[in-house]
Amino acid sequence: MVQFINMLLIGIGAGSIYALMAIAMVLVWRSTRVINFAQAGMALLSTYIGFELVQKTGNFWIALPLAMLLGALVSALIEILLIRTLIKHSTSGPVAGIVPIIATLGLLGFIRATIGFIWGNQDIQIQPPLSKVGFKFGTETIALSPMNLLVLLTVIAMVLILGFIFQKTSLGLSLRASAYSPEIAQLAGIRVGAIRTIGWAIAGAAGAAAGLLQTVNGTGAVSPDSLEFSLLLTFGFIAAVIGGLESLPGAVLGAVVLGLVLAIVQIYISGTLVFIVAFALLLIVLLVRPQGFIGSKAGRRA
Amino acid sequence: MLKKHPLIAFTLFGFALFLLSNRVDELRVFQGASVAVYVIAIASIILLTGYSGQVSLGHGALLAIGGYAAALSRNHWGAPVWLTFVIAVLAAALGGYLLGLAAARLSGPYLAGTTLALAIGLPSIANRFSIFGGEQGLLYDIGMPPASLGADFTQYKWYFWIASLAALISIYWLRNVMNSRYGRNWRAVRGNDVAAELAGINVGRNKVLAFTVSAGLAGLAGALLAMTISTVSPGAFPLALSFSLATGAVLSGVTTLGGVMIGAVTLVAIPEIVDSVVSRFESSESVANNLPGLLVSMLLILTVLFVPNGPVEQLRTRREHRANK
Repeated sequence: MVQFINMLLIGIGAGSIYALMAIAMVLVWRSTRVINFAQAGMALLSTYIGFELVQKTGNFWIALPLAMLLGALVSALIEILLIRTLIKHSTSGPVAGIVPIIATLGLLGFIRATIGFIWGNQDIQIQPPLSKVGFKFGTETIALSPMNLLVLLTVIAMVLILGFIFQKTSLGLSLRASAYSPEIAQLAGIRVGAIRTIGWAIAGAAGAAAGLLQTVNGTGAVSPDSLEFSLLLTFGFIAAVIGGLESLPGAVLGAVVLGLVLAIVQIYISGTLVFIVAFALLLIVLLVRPQGFIGSKAGRRA
Repeated sequence: MLKKHPLIAFTLFGFALFLLSNRVDELRVFQGASVAVYVIAIASIILLTGYSGQVSLGHGALLAIGGYAAALSRNHWGAPVWLTFVIAVLAAALGGYLLGLAAARLSGPYLAGTTLALAIGLPSIANRFSIFGGEQGLLYDIGMPPASLGADFTQYKWYFWIASLAALISIYWLRNVMNSRYGRNWRAVRGNDVAAELAGINVGRNKVLAFTVSAGLAGLAGALLAMTISTVSPGAFPLALSFSLATGAVLSGVTTLGGVMIGAVTLVAIPEIVDSVVSRFESSESVANNLPGLLVSMLLILTVLFVPNGPVEQLRTRREHRANK
């Protein structure tokens, strides 16, 4: 019984961080039709910025929103400097489909190398702001520590805020309209270019939160070649695809499902199989229900 | 004459390489072998992306399949070297066939993400089963060069000969395939898959076939790569390898085989350039660690921004423009 509850807690905890990453990928996909493979690099950069801020301020909960803000700025800058030029230059030739993919890959390498230049290739260590020892019920320690709980609450708060922005504000309406049809949105007086940048900025903030929370929730150590972040990118992508790549609730749902499935594998079978199962899940969803859990068939051909 | 008789051109080029390998030092010979390996690997990506319109960010995984297949067949059955290469090609082609079955139903970004996930995750599979030797990996020893080549014939020269011969044969064969019915079918699918289907081409089967052939070539490159470093291990096929290969393909220009040397030479030259920069300016360790990545990624971004079709194709279109004026 305790094992089962632990499985649920681990799964939801991991899934909540994947959800932030998946949300970042969905936002970028919706605003510019690009899968941003550099999202891992951007999250990594924000995590390093967060590390500096923790050193300066000594308080994680001040550093986190500041790092998210700077992550949003970096992301918006990338959209303005690189992605706009790409879209403007976009050719219709045989390579048109792969140019944005390759460009974000190049960006990933560029960010990683830049981080290596600035901070070196050794691990840096971020102290978790709260205890990572699980709560006790009688004699049993469950897999939920104050740290896990706060990560979970932070993620839920962010998802709710994002949901509010998207559903209840005019900015959210513009974001949705631009994703649905850029031309019609433009005709309706929405400045689609600016909206794209905002989409990227929000994605940058979500990715920054994912990176920092993942780090303090895990070992606390990061390096420019961190495998953790490659996995975060992969699991975020898988979660986004499971959820349909178009919808934010889908991304959250996909992330929680992925987190739970991986927790089941990790606890009941073997930790080394986690990646294989995630990959199999991705393939199965793509082949059986390519539009994801949430999402219409027509939207997927793009 | 050379344009009309590519076989003669390839033979002459091979002979020039042979003469050259006797005149340069060991390091250059080894780098030559690396260039040959990259040529095959990049050609396999060009075939896949440029000629059939599919993207793979995980070709490193297919190279790994080839490398492990070669090492396993050598260590367990004592297969002769040429046979281990054949086995590498077949094993990777099988993997590519299975991947291709899924890939044929995926479009651009989905395929890119799926292959990327494979490249990230494959090392964990190698660690999972003890037959693959875990982090240390497996030894892959092709033995000393034959004694008949003389006493001063070095190991690296032997690697260089094998790799260059394999590269020359692969490119020659690939060139013929591209000009055959299959190559035309692939280009038709890349251009417009609906139109290709209406013209009677089985789009799905052609996509899978392209993936299989590309994977087979990648497997050969993997076995040759394993040969030059005498081992196969998860660390020999990192994510960075997949990215380097994608970079090499983009630098070469994915729509034509003509520039394949550009990407391969660049990939080998960059570490060399960085080394000389570091030793001249006595730069710190962090420069040595990060300058190669920085150069590669900046080249990649600049190429897709300004010459997305690659330098060779760019020159050709410019020449055609001028001729038409």
